[in-house]
Amino acid sequence: MTQLDPVAKGDTGVPVSPAPRARQGLGLDLRLASLFGVLVLLILIGWITSPDNFLTGSNLDTILRLAAPSGVVAVGMTFVIISGGIDLSVGSVVGLASVWMTTLATQSYGPFVMVVTGLLVGLGAGLVNGLLIAYGRMVPFIATLAMYISARGLAEYLSNKRTQVVSDQGFLTFFRGEFLGVPTLVWILVVVVAAGWVLLNRTTFGRRTFAVGGNPEATRLAGINVKRHIAMVYGFAGLLAGVTAIMLAARTTAGSSTNGMFYELDAIAAVVIGGTALTGGRGTMVGTLIGVLIFTLITNIFVQNNLPTEVQNIAKGAIIVIAVLLQFRTNKARATT
Amino acid sequence: MTDLPTSLARRGFLIGGAAVGAGALLAGCTSNEPPAAQANGGANVAAGQGDNAKAGKMVTIGFSAPAADHGWIAAITKNAKAQAEKFKADVTLKATEGTNDASQQIAQVETLINQKVDVLVILPMDGKQLTSVGQAAMDKGIPVINLDRIFDTPLAYRTWIGGDNYRMGVNAGNYIAAEMKKKGISNPIIGEIAGIDSLPLTQDRSKGFKDALAKAGFAVGPRQAAEFTVETGEKATANLLQAAPKLDALWNHDDDQGIGVMAAISAANRKEFIMVGGAGSKNMIDKIKADSDVIKATVLYSPSMSSSAIALARLLGQAKGMGDLAEHEIPALITTYSAVVTKENAAQYADVAFDS
Repeated sequence: MTQLDPVAKGDTGVPVSPAPRARQGLGLDLRLASLFGVLVLLILIGWITSPDNFLTGSNLDTILRLAAPSGVVAVGMTFVIISGGIDLSVGSVVGLASVWMTTLATQSYGPFVMVVTGLLVGLGAGLVNGLLIAYGRMVPFIATLAMYISARGLAEYLSNKRTQVVSDQGFLTFFRGEFLGVPTLVWILVVVVAAGWVLLNRTTFGRRTFAVGGNPEATRLAGINVKRHIAMVYGFAGLLAGVTAIMLAARTTAGSSTNGMFYELDAIAAVVIGGTALTGGRGTMVGTLIGVLIFTLITNIFVQNNLPTEVQNIAKGAIIVIAVLLQFRTNKARATT
Repeated sequence: MTDLPTSLARRGFLIGGAAVGAGALLAGCTSNEPPAAQANGGANVAAGQGDNAKAGKMVTIGFSAPAADHGWIAAITKNAKAQAEKFKADVTLKATEGTNDASQQIAQVETLINQKVDVLVILPMDGKQLTSVGQAAMDKGIPVINLDRIFDTPLAYRTWIGGDNYRMGVNAGNYIAAEMKKKGISNPIIGEIAGIDSLPLTQDRSKGFKDALAKAGFAVGPRQAAEFTVETGEKATANLLQAAPKLDALWNHDDDQGIGVMAAISAANRKEFIMVGGAGSKNMIDKIKADSDVIKATVLYSPSMSSSAIALARLLGQAKGMGDLAEHEIPALITTYSAVVTKENAAQYADVAFDS
């Protein structure tokens, strides 16, 4: 039923070339449906094992608030991976931005400067990644690995490895507060995911991201400035790491060089569970969001049942394998029908 | 044709200007110097008692500790220096730059041995890896005071002084049990936020907590491990509070991660239980004193042990015993007590509180 696009690396319902977008509909194809099924299954498990405390408004609140920072990082990671790259540095950049925006000097300028600082540090680190990769011709894995190490190092240097408590009440009141009964942090997630979806699926920027990841050489021959686009994609991922730093500083009421530890791995896992190909060229925003929610739900369900962290990690690993195998099978089934 | 380059140049100039401006703004934001002189006397020091108060023979003490990468270790180094300053009439302190590289710390201790210091005070990065150099010092006739992280063999130290993780748990458990009995709660739900679960110190703390509660006929309910960081503390607590819609008490092993634990409690707007902390950071002791939060107590694992180690080193160097003991010599093992700091005695313990 679907024609295999010559540029596409696989038949996933997400086209690589800009043309056949209309067929995609809401993007709720078989693969996304199966992911959604996993999500529903987890919710059922949570409800059955913990009937009193799981399906409550405040638990939903908690799950979404915990999912929010990792979700924002994962949106940036989705773009990077679709463009055929990888960003190992986002967790460290989150730590660096959270430290930089909460130093006593930054805090003395008030909440606005704190927020701007967080965003600028994230954007700056992301652009450095992008320039090294696009113009310095470094492999993304290596360039962002270097940033992974040095951003965390700089964060430790700036903070002297101390925890910097946020004392600005304006900042805390706004970001820890609610709007229309929904926590500010969840609003930020909603806005970022929606913006990410539009950017990916409805703009030239998104089409170029797919094209660059699918076939960079063909894209270059089509007259697109591939280098500049790649630099922008990493800059965008860095900017979102800055947003995450702000969210974490609000959630924990502190900036610390340990903030954002292992976020890159959680984000990559969520993106992969969501069906984005590590080889680039295809992927979906909705899948990434479900991937993030699946991870947060697993932790929540295990804590509800008072199971230790090590068991959670075993389950998370298993979920990655199952999700990817499941997608492989549905892809194959579709390819043959 | 001519317009294009100028407009591009102007755009480049604007972007460049914006970048420089942003850079300048960011560079101005890196300072962590407190606006006024910090009112943190922080360091608490021991005073010599009786005859020991008088200045004696000059003692040169070599001091080596890991890098001050979190509040507790920073306080260890600060306390050692403050104590040496207090005894400056007869103590010279040679402190090395803290390092988290065991081989570098070995080299530093070897340098101190070569400088022929009279006594060594060592908080090893890793007790196992530093054992041989401790023993080398002892073999050369330099007594070693082993601080907190214990060497593999008593041959490597003259005296060990350190904290008691098991008793930390016991005292937290005893305090909570007593509070529960005071309130007449017969079947309380008691939660626990542990530190890194794979560390023996976390296991000791948890065992002590469990044993003390069991003695009172109580048990640990919901328990989650965090990783000594604010973020993991917040995450573990946010989930745990959802799993337990009603709690009567909560013990958090570590005041550094406690900032995150408190953030989660305030986000969930929960006030029905009492919380007990661990280690004794300034942040938490201030909150206990103010008595406006759920935290009502913290069990100490105090870096003041470092002040004591310097005081002991001085006595060792002068071949004196400890004031009130009948022994002629300094004891070989000293375990500090994990006192429970509450609102009532918080003022008294303000001097041992450390910045997280």
